[in-house]
Amino acid sequence: MKILVPIKRVVDYNVRIRVKSDGSGVDLNGVKMSVNPFDEIAMEEALRLREAGVASEVVPLTIGTAKAEDQLRTCLAMGGDRALHVVTDAEIQPLQAARILAELAKREEAGLVLMGKQAIDDDNGQTPQMLAALLGWPQATFASEVKIADGKARVHREVDSGIESLEISLPAVISADLRLNEPRFIKLPDIMKAKRKPLDKLELSEFDIAVPTVEIVKTSPPPTRAAGRMVKEVSELVAVLKDKGLI
Amino acid sequence: MTDEREVMEFDVVIVGAGPAGLACAIRLKQLNDELNVCVLEKGAIVGAHSLAGAVIEPQALDQLLPNWRDNPPEMCVPVTRDEVHMMSATGSFKFPITPPQMNNHGNFIVSLGALTAKMAEAAEELGVEVYPGFPAREALFNDAGAVIGVRTGDMGVDRDGKPKDSYTQGMDLHAKLTVFSEGCRGSCTKQLIKKFELDKDADPQTYGIGIKELWQVPEGRSEAGLVMHTMGWPLDSSTYGGSFVYHMDENRIAVGFVIGLDYSDPDLEPFEKFQDFKNHPKIKALLEGGEIISYGARAISDGGWQSLPKTEMPGALLIGDTAGLLNLPKIKGVHQALKSGMLAAEHIHETACSSAGYDAKLRESAVGKELKKVRNFRPAFHWGLWLGVLISALETVTLGLLPWTLKNHADHAQLKKRDPAKPRPTKAERSLAPRDRLAAVYFAATEHDEDQPVHLQVADTDICVSQCAEEYGNPCTRFCPAGVYEIVEEEAGKRLQINAANCVHCKTCDIKDPYQIINWVTPEGGSGPNYQLM
Amino acid sequence: MSKVLIVAEAAGGKLNLTTAKAVTCAQAIGGEIDLAVFTAEANGIADEAAAISGVTRVLRVVHPENAAVRAATLAPQIVALAGNGYTHVLAAGSTTGKDVMPRVAALLGVPQISDIMAVQGPHEFDRPIYAGNTITHVKTDGSHIVVGTVRSASFATASSGDGSAPIEDAAIAVELPTHTKLLDVTTDTGDRPDLQTASRVVSGGRGVGSEENFKIVYDFADKIGAAVGASRAAVDSGYCPNDMQVGQTGKIIAPELYIAFGISGAIQHLAGIKDAGCIVAINSDENAPIFEVADLGLVGDLFKVIPELEAALG
Repeated sequence: MKILVPIKRVVDYNVRIRVKSDGSGVDLNGVKMSVNPFDEIAMEEALRLREAGVASEVVPLTIGTAKAEDQLRTCLAMGGDRALHVVTDAEIQPLQAARILAELAKREEAGLVLMGKQAIDDDNGQTPQMLAALLGWPQATFASEVKIADGKARVHREVDSGIESLEISLPAVISADLRLNEPRFIKLPDIMKAKRKPLDKLELSEFDIAVPTVEIVKTSPPPTRAAGRMVKEVSELVAVLKDKGLI
Repeated sequence: MTDEREVMEFDVVIVGAGPAGLACAIRLKQLNDELNVCVLEKGAIVGAHSLAGAVIEPQALDQLLPNWRDNPPEMCVPVTRDEVHMMSATGSFKFPITPPQMNNHGNFIVSLGALTAKMAEAAEELGVEVYPGFPAREALFNDAGAVIGVRTGDMGVDRDGKPKDSYTQGMDLHAKLTVFSEGCRGSCTKQLIKKFELDKDADPQTYGIGIKELWQVPEGRSEAGLVMHTMGWPLDSSTYGGSFVYHMDENRIAVGFVIGLDYSDPDLEPFEKFQDFKNHPKIKALLEGGEIISYGARAISDGGWQSLPKTEMPGALLIGDTAGLLNLPKIKGVHQALKSGMLAAEHIHETACSSAGYDAKLRESAVGKELKKVRNFRPAFHWGLWLGVLISALETVTLGLLPWTLKNHADHAQLKKRDPAKPRPTKAERSLAPRDRLAAVYFAATEHDEDQPVHLQVADTDICVSQCAEEYGNPCTRFCPAGVYEIVEEEAGKRLQINAANCVHCKTCDIKDPYQIINWVTPEGGSGPNYQLM
Repeated sequence: MSKVLIVAEAAGGKLNLTTAKAVTCAQAIGGEIDLAVFTAEANGIADEAAAISGVTRVLRVVHPENAAVRAATLAPQIVALAGNGYTHVLAAGSTTGKDVMPRVAALLGVPQISDIMAVQGPHEFDRPIYAGNTITHVKTDGSHIVVGTVRSASFATASSGDGSAPIEDAAIAVELPTHTKLLDVTTDTGDRPDLQTASRVVSGGRGVGSEENFKIVYDFADKIGAAVGASRAAVDSGYCPNDMQVGQTGKIIAPELYIAFGISGAIQHLAGIKDAGCIVAINSDENAPIFEVADLGLVGDLFKVIPELEAALG
């Protein structure tokens, strides 16, 4: 079975985000870019499935600028077999990404698409579900455990009420949550090896992404909290909390 | 844990992707494309740990990368004007002329982080293996005692030193020659200076701490290319130091403060002095209403010629500020770092990876001569600001040809015992961010996995709560610009709390701790500050 | 005029509170608001939905497959309903809503607006990106249906009990896929709510003083049914385990009520609670930065304040 792992190049989670003063976006000058952490977890899970003999090939892929090759190489250094890169400077929205991924999943005859539950830049959390819908495949989002046997996947999902256990037939889309695994550290020799692994570049024009999109009007920093009121006595505190229906 | 460590072989391994290390790597590949060159860097990306003013002299860079001006680093502004001010608590006096060593005509204001990022790209294009996120934990030696490479740090070790599920053993990188370019007070360099007694014919190295912030200021405040330096307030005349205010493009201003770590008052807090300075009416007028983008701190070597250790040993070289090549009167080290890196590369190329003879070449080179010329500048200030200014002026007009050489003294030994009767210093009134060191660290975007061994090794914490508390009043809680050290009072008594996750890798604690019981070692790879345009 | 369809969510035979928050969001959009209740059999959920004020009508979709809520089977039913002239389809930003709505959007061939935090117009919304560190104002093309999830922390709960919307049974003729089977759901059995999702959180800082002293924080939390968090200083001092840490390098939470005992309120801690509904700070240091952001502040010794609080709350 072949596993596709779509990944996204995003601002590293340690970077302090600063909105540009003209509201045109986030200041990305000189900031560290990384593989989206949830995608890295998906990549790790795919590799573990290959190491367990469940999968035969793990193919990381991305849609993004030429620089996103760095993140694909990171995935190859983790252990990916080969990579696909749809090169574009355009801002690709989730439904468009899902269209491209659906096409690639068909072309590659993927048995499973494993990806992060959301990218930590736009926080949309849509692409895996959209991809499953477009392919008519089952989906298991927010996975905290994945077991595969007999053409089926048993997935533990982290839901608000606890852990849900889902059985889905393959092919399918699974999206990784934080507790699925802890990704491995990359070793130096593997970084060198990754430089020589195959990486196919594809043109965006190969794909039909003519769908309605969302217009981003402006970005702004979140409102800052102001100091509230100081109370003198516990009784006063309790009265206010009760009044607000908080206790 | 097995003993079967993975080993990689290189011709040259360079420790630290700063200006010196990258210049060395680039020059090596320019001279011999066949060489197998690897650069290790502890920061998560190249530039993440680079911090400098920085005004740079471009000649060395022109030589190394002749086309660098066609594709300059982000935020690179030619200097248009110099100003030097003497500050008092409420006012300032502008010197009518700028001392010659502080004339920056033809120089550029840059972000060192952006410059090193560009240099790393150039190095990779030439085929250098650049590995950010991989610190050199320790130097390795052969049976004859020569350096044969370095060992990278283990990853995935928990707070108690036990391997986690993600444990990945560090590996050994062997090289025909290893070049250390760790920046000021490098942790491997410290190990090597001790082992090879590289400093036995030199005065003790002396240091300063530099603290810097990058601000986005309201329209009209910044005059791109203006370089301003100050002396005086808020330091007393017995403490060496001063500020820099560099005006950049796009309404950005870099403001920083450098204080000699030979200060004697254990109550002195470099961070607070810097914040006092920022709130001086003259500086506040520039920053007020703006927004802090980045904060950081780094120790610099300022011992110069007298303190220069031997820069070669069997199998290894020291270059850049880990050797202590900064030119203090100019307050510049980047050109010295670049030149020493290039010189090292040429030496390695000529000698087919031998270290012998490099030290003599360095001392005779422009790098060495520049240091020798200004050798009496810094120690003169040991006698205070006014005598310091006088002697250094004399040294300047005589081009350093006077026959004497003043001595340097170890910074940690300069601290005077605290007078318990003396009240703690007060802070000037302030309104600018950050409100305290913890808030400042937030703008350094520093990050360490909290479940890893503390990388600030304190040999005996009992001293902290007994002897040090009594003698010096725990100066670590004051000299650290990142709030790493705290004395916590609990029911069970006082104890030292080390907030290692705050550390910005400035090395001040390793230098200034009066008992010399703090040892700074590299944390897990990729940890530390994530400086943006510093 | 807008016509909004809200996908109601239920758990344990009860309507989920987050549905009433989605109604508030829909009211900001304006127009008719229909609530769709998907069940396996007729039950009281539709009645509960009908009682929420502002609801125009309740559509009850009864199908045996709805006994187990799954995105794969729910999405085609929502899509079928949406075709009846709706301008908007909304669901709460719960894990259920987040799971199903993008599937709905893709089947409808339209983009989705995730985590709507403010309505700027029928087709213009604010939503958080970069973990809430940035707000983006987005706009969809008015020519197509809007699909969105509603960020619960941003909207008040629409009042319940005074509404009396009619309940209609909606028959849906779509074939549902059989590739997805719900095996079971294990609910958290811990005595204390989960820190990440709890509506009330009580946190302790360095001021608590020791691991033993933290018991007073746990006891108080249990008394008001709150989860327990801690500042990094408390974690670093060994008072409590790492997974309790709230803040930049710990958990980022948005409870309705956050009570901080002995927490100074470093910027790193505040980064983890900036979306909390009401922040209450109790600290003996009146200059503690937490008072600069707290909605309610009390200067005092937490060891005196907590027993008084417990007494006052009975």
